[in-house]
Amino acid sequence: MSTAIEHPTYNYKVVRQFAIMTVVWGIVGMLVGVWIAAQLAWPALNFDLPWTSFGRLRPLHTNAVIFAFGGSALFATSYYVVQRTCQARLISDGLAAFTFWGWQLVIVLAAITLPLGLTQGKEYAELIWPITILIAVVWVVYAFVFLGTIYKRKTSHIYVANWFFAAFILTVAVLHIVNSMAIPTSWTHSYSIYSGATDAMVQWWYGHNAVGFFLTAGFLGMMYYFVPKQAERPVYSYRLSIVHFWALICVYMWAGPHHLHYTALPDWAQSLGMVMSLILLAPSWGGMINGMMTLSGAWHKLRTDPILRFLVVSLSFYGMSTFEGPMMSIKTVNALSHYTDWTIGHVHAGALGWVAMITIGCIYHVIPKVFDKPQMHSIGLINVHFWLSTVGTVLYIASMWVNGIMQGLMWRAVNADGTLMYTFIESVEASYPGYVVRLLGGALWLVGMLLMAYNVYMTVKSDASEKKAAAQAA
Amino acid sequence: MTSQAMSGFWSAWITIITLGVIAFCWWLLYANRKTDKAPSADGTVETTGHAADGIEEYDNPLPRWWFIMFVITIVFGLVYLALYPGLGNFKGLLGWTSQGQWEDEMARAEEEFAPIFQEFAQFSVEELAQNSDAMRVADRLYQNNCAVCHGSSATGGYGFPDLTNNDWMYGGNPEHIRSSIIWGRSGNMVAYQNILGTQGIDQMTHYVLSLSGLDHDADKAAAAEPQYMAQCVACHGNDGRGSAAQGLYDIGAPNLTNNVWLYQQPGQSVYDSVAQTLRHGRNGHMPAQAGYLDYGVELPSDLRSKSQEELAELLPKVHLVTAYIYSLNQ
Repeated sequence: MSTAIEHPTYNYKVVRQFAIMTVVWGIVGMLVGVWIAAQLAWPALNFDLPWTSFGRLRPLHTNAVIFAFGGSALFATSYYVVQRTCQARLISDGLAAFTFWGWQLVIVLAAITLPLGLTQGKEYAELIWPITILIAVVWVVYAFVFLGTIYKRKTSHIYVANWFFAAFILTVAVLHIVNSMAIPTSWTHSYSIYSGATDAMVQWWYGHNAVGFFLTAGFLGMMYYFVPKQAERPVYSYRLSIVHFWALICVYMWAGPHHLHYTALPDWAQSLGMVMSLILLAPSWGGMINGMMTLSGAWHKLRTDPILRFLVVSLSFYGMSTFEGPMMSIKTVNALSHYTDWTIGHVHAGALGWVAMITIGCIYHVIPKVFDKPQMHSIGLINVHFWLSTVGTVLYIASMWVNGIMQGLMWRAVNADGTLMYTFIESVEASYPGYVVRLLGGALWLVGMLLMAYNVYMTVKSDASEKKAAAQAA
Repeated sequence: MTSQAMSGFWSAWITIITLGVIAFCWWLLYANRKTDKAPSADGTVETTGHAADGIEEYDNPLPRWWFIMFVITIVFGLVYLALYPGLGNFKGLLGWTSQGQWEDEMARAEEEFAPIFQEFAQFSVEELAQNSDAMRVADRLYQNNCAVCHGSSATGGYGFPDLTNNDWMYGGNPEHIRSSIIWGRSGNMVAYQNILGTQGIDQMTHYVLSLSGLDHDADKAAAAEPQYMAQCVACHGNDGRGSAAQGLYDIGAPNLTNNVWLYQQPGQSVYDSVAQTLRHGRNGHMPAQAGYLDYGVELPSDLRSKSQEELAELLPKVHLVTAYIYSLNQ
């Protein structure tokens, strides 16, 4: 990165680095996702090698898209937003650089250890203990850089986006450290300090809050800056943001037990998980409403601005999946949906529709700003990317709904003599068409990401400059 | 169950923070239900007056429908926690437990379906094998309980015996099949690498191939014969026809003369498979199935001394599957 594009006040270097890596890891993570989706349709694609078997690549996919792609996006946008809304440079350039290189090291180590089969065996917390310690160190430094920058802000108020980023950073630190507590038995192996139902509960307290804070609160922070910025409209309601922020962060904490319905977890804990998940509906929707209503008076911009389309459609998927989530947490619904592809569809409604789409919209907004360009190289390609992502998400979700409900119904169907009507393998055979459609949806997503990489490359390499453009206009 | 009871302190802890969080949401909602500034006559609302990087914020009130939805979910939650277990040791007004629901459902299923299976239990295995209604039900039991190892067509696979070829390691009459299903089987062979040595393994492999009439090196086979008679004969028999042919039904030493190779992997030669077995031994295991097929039946301690008729009555689903396996070879 040349010094010519160095911003006089803000540290944009670390933002540029994380923004570029967001695109790179997005491609890697989704490529692995497409591969394992294809394995479910055609198992021979595991090539009979342990390193490329589904069981090892699946955690690689989830870690790559959540922590490498999503994580890099959160670092990039939170560093960008906190500087601009606080009118202050990051408290330490050195520590910010440490978080970048530290986080990339974590990702590379994950990409090596997971295919080798080295794992803690906890979903979304698979990485072995030396890496979890590195994550904890990087994360605490991240918290210091972010909160320290808020501390030295030149504005009187702390903008709402920063509440969400701060809640996400602090809570993820707590979740990660508590859930990863383990006693090492070697450099690559350890035992969790929890056991039995307690271990399961701690894991899903972590697991659901990884969704709630990493994939929701953090991305709501993005939403609160980039939606009003891109729409050039004031935020709809300050009061709504207060209510839904506090309600969201204090209720999300309780939702984990809904992952353990009808298990050895005591009944009372299951009930609390379900009740709190239902109460979570309104706080979740508060963010969607605030984003959507911010566009009132600016709806016409959707016709010409594909970046805004990404942001608005992501809010629609956010609203849809945060309605679906509380419904699925109801015990009787969960009795049908649990362990089926419906869960996978639900996760991807959030992960593709909400997290990835808002990320892409924000990165398209940020790239020209931090590279000092008037705009992205091709607005038309952003539009193509938008449609690929939207259609890809719909294919993914719809095929998994069909598969999931079909599997749930097949598994519970009984004959007049009380024997099961279908064997498990019959439900697997029946799932094949859905797996192919899901693969198609994922492939559309991957193509979109490749277009984005091209568009970003061309933008960064172009001679155009914001300053030059301004000079010419004058 | 006593293990589920918690102390009064933890019960109160859970109750207080649960109700505290819900009360906090309620307070949050009501404290913010009105804005400080009323909309002007033409309906426009002021902003809060502060801006962040040029972003202003309106002071719009909470949307009415959203406010009502929030209240409804809170009320639903409180009602649910009054009716169902949730607040610590409080059992809920309905007295519902997941274990109770499961027991009720199992009892209802037992009441509805047990007579069907009791009726089948009145017939012998040989009779049931001819009864197409019984075999249809038995096929469903087989497909959901046995097919995962033995295959949906019961022809087995690597390490899992073929149930259709009339080759019985543990005997093939109804009594033997029933025993295999009720108690499971363990088929163990020790490793011979240290006993026979590398050359001895090679020679013995040729001897085993000769028993099934496969291509082999006659000299090597002849060289291994004394060792066979010393080491292998106790289980596999003089003639290599296995333990069942000697009337020993609980050992499970396979017949080596019929060219059936349980541990031949796909693509592996018989020679390699037999040599591997000789070098490392085998540890075959089929779990006891009575507790799965006839789930919930309390097994008496003298189960092994029961007659075939008593076993049929006590374990009617095992009885049906026994007839099914038997029928595959008729």
